Amino acid sequence: MKNDSAILPERAKSIRFSECSGDGSGIKCESESVSGAVSQRACVYCGARVVLNPITDAFHIVHGPIGCASYTWDIRGSLSSGEEGYRNSYSTDLRETDVIFGGEKKLVAAIDEIMASHAPKVIFIYATCIVGVIGDDIDAVCRNAEAKYDIRVIAVKSPGFSGTKKTGYKMACNAIMSLITPEFLPAKTAGVNILGDFNLAGEMWIIKNYLRRIGVEVVANITGDAKVKDLKQAPAAQLNLVQCAGSMTYLAKQMEEVFDIPFIKISFFGVTDTSDSLMRIAYAVGDKEVIKRAKAFIEEEKNRVIPLLNKYRKNLEGKKAAIYVGGGFKAISLIRQFHEFGMNTVMVGTQTGSKDDYEVIQHLVDEDAVILDDANPAELEAFMKEMGADILVGGVKERPLAYKLGVAFCDHNHERKHPLAGYEGTLNFASEINLSMNSPVWEIISQGGIKNV
Amino acid sequence: MLELTPKKLSDRSTLRINPIKTCQPVGAMYAALGVHQCMPHSHGSQGCCSFHRMFLTRHFKDPAIASSSSFTEGASVFGGGANLKTAIKNIFDIYDPEIIAVHTTCLSETIGDDLNGYIQDAKVPEGKLVVHTNTPSYVGSHITGYYNMISGFIKYLSTATGEKNGKLALFPGFVNPGDMREMKRLMKLMGTEFIMLPDTSGVLDAPMTGNYTMYPKGGTTIPDIRDLGNCEMTLGLGELTSEFPADFLEKKCKVPYKTLPLPIGVENTDAFIMALNQFSKNEVPYEIEEERGQLMDILLDSHQYTNNKTVAIFGDPDTVLGMAQITLEMGMIPKYMVTGTPGAAFDRKAAALLEKFGIEGCTAKQSGDLFELHQWIKNDPVDLLIGGTHGKQVARAEDIPLVRVGFPIIDRYVHSYMPIVGYKGAIRLAELILNALMDRQDRDCEDEDLEMVM
Repeated sequence: MKNDSAILPERAKSIRFSECSGDGSGIKCESESVSGAVSQRACVYCGARVVLNPITDAFHIVHGPIGCASYTWDIRGSLSSGEEGYRNSYSTDLRETDVIFGGEKKLVAAIDEIMASHAPKVIFIYATCIVGVIGDDIDAVCRNAEAKYDIRVIAVKSPGFSGTKKTGYKMACNAIMSLITPEFLPAKTAGVNILGDFNLAGEMWIIKNYLRRIGVEVVANITGDAKVKDLKQAPAAQLNLVQCAGSMTYLAKQMEEVFDIPFIKISFFGVTDTSDSLMRIAYAVGDKEVIKRAKAFIEEEKNRVIPLLNKYRKNLEGKKAAIYVGGGFKAISLIRQFHEFGMNTVMVGTQTGSKDDYEVIQHLVDEDAVILDDANPAELEAFMKEMGADILVGGVKERPLAYKLGVAFCDHNHERKHPLAGYEGTLNFASEINLSMNSPVWEIISQGGIKNV
Repeated sequence: MLELTPKKLSDRSTLRINPIKTCQPVGAMYAALGVHQCMPHSHGSQGCCSFHRMFLTRHFKDPAIASSSSFTEGASVFGGGANLKTAIKNIFDIYDPEIIAVHTTCLSETIGDDLNGYIQDAKVPEGKLVVHTNTPSYVGSHITGYYNMISGFIKYLSTATGEKNGKLALFPGFVNPGDMREMKRLMKLMGTEFIMLPDTSGVLDAPMTGNYTMYPKGGTTIPDIRDLGNCEMTLGLGELTSEFPADFLEKKCKVPYKTLPLPIGVENTDAFIMALNQFSKNEVPYEIEEERGQLMDILLDSHQYTNNKTVAIFGDPDTVLGMAQITLEMGMIPKYMVTGTPGAAFDRKAAALLEKFGIEGCTAKQSGDLFELHQWIKNDPVDLLIGGTHGKQVARAEDIPLVRVGFPIIDRYVHSYMPIVGYKGAIRLAELILNALMDRQDRDCEDEDLEMVM
């Protein structure tokens, strides 16, 4: 075990690499982080916030000290086709006196102030760490505000310490269920809902466009580019498509139970996954015409895109990829995508992957590939170096780490610069990793220090 | 984009919209990163630490390292003592820093964790250190957290041995590594021996070497922090940021202090240089005279393009005041000056500045936010906006050029390497401001008015 200096003993079970795996118990995951670890993970509030934030015409009030609102202000890159209100940051900015005497009054006043100047359809109230501790009854505040203004005011109980980011996803899903559950179930339409795409760089629009092309109507986007009016139609859909399984499977299960809507998990990352997903959607909808159109569409797109991808392939083939992303499902898609490019995934980790995800990942990668759950920078560094990764795919905190190591990087998180979903997304992805891996900057850097000139 | 911002001002006393501040812990984390081989530690939920690291990484485009106590439901009921104990052990075992700098969060403060007690009880390896400061997120802002952390280091480490070291203690204020480098350069040019705390140069602007080191070469060393107690005097730059730790050091180690505004602009830099001159008794070298003269030359050459232009400045209190000073020196009118950080001293200092320059009709506000500033601008526009990235929405909505200065700037590169302090910094600011105004003139003018020579 070469890297023992980089690994806490408590962390060993969350990591698989050739020299120490094989106790048969699989990767330890879905557990709390070790105290003292420099974890890349966020908290319950963060999970709830990222899921609900893309609802463009909702007002999002963060009830707590200012930080939680500051750090999540317009950072997600979720695009809107109209409303821009969600790009503002609303907070109760709790002060010391509020912590002593309670923050309820301030929250009530904050809602009143919004109502005085705007006409929101729904307000989400996020309860952060200290709200529970100081004993604010935000349920009561929400109930009273709903009665007073006849709009929806929904509590999102997301104190940071109450679990992991995944718990936050659940809280967000509960809030969505509360928003969309109607008094009477509506009549079914022919359409589907898309769950778990957040319209980063406009990806929801790509997916919706594909579905339109194969003749499938979309009822509600949850939550990328979502509007409250559309969300409320969601119970009428006949099928749920779950893209980000990590955050939205929970909602899909609830919607299945309550509204009788079945769901399938899909992924629009990579040519293979996009094509498979489109066919699975077509078969699930079960309409012969849709199946026919899907086949034709996939054929057409593959013919268009694969020759273009092959141009990149010669630059990418044989390179080694490292992945560190939020959810397991995305990691799986990325491994497949790198495979399509002729690249080998040598390290893969997630913040919140589940046991099932890790099982799939183990089957997809080589036996000597490193697999990590909830990794810290020291581990990422050690394994990227040991495995000789050429590129890291990750998020904001991983980018400078990769660059400091002289490893290429692609953001597959909030800071993605181009849509990475669908066929054009795959092209963008290939282009981005090619651009980063084959940039002239590496030439300059590899020339070494001044003494070598 | 911000059509939701109504022109009509309404009474808004509780709701905060589009803040110009963030919470204490991120300031504490930044200060701790400016200590050599220090691991900043966030005693609270995991998200705090993660958000702060993300926030700093977005601004500096460099890794910002910190650990977390990773509070759970249990810790929030029974206290975070066990978490901190485990954390301290794990951090020394695996990340091997020389020192851990713990800061609290709203959660650990509210449940009443006793950090003094926890740290006394913790098993700290021989020769290693753990210090802490209290940074309740519901008091002050990130600026408060920054100076609280500096004071935390002093509280635990600085001692007066009775033997003076002949050095100047310098607190640089809440500024970028590029500014800290410039302050050090000026002090060296003035032949001043100094100890600067913190010093994030060489940490958050560390060079690319092909190796990732958790603790880059920069940062104030522990022996230097101890030795702060033996300094002849303290110079605190940024009066609203550095007075607190300067006062703290005086109380603890009897080091007398003087505070000055951040050395932004001519007069403020003059004051800094003169303070160094008085301290070191060394003549001002030609190199500094030359830089000052260049700045004079530039201000004179360009004054017609800046005269009477109105500007809205938002950001951290000392930065806003410094920017107000230099814009006034350039003949501009700082019509709106807003900081999110609470504290009436900001309003007083802004008023004094306006009075000094004989300017009327400008508004300064502490505890303000960008939403309100946007409303003011809608009612009475300005020619230029100066502040961090979050001003870009307002800039776009109102079609006003934005000069990015301050914290955070998360949508541009290089800024954290470049100073805004000193004469060199003033030259850079003059260029940024002039480019913004003159690019706008070129963009807006009629074809026949497009001038080749300006």
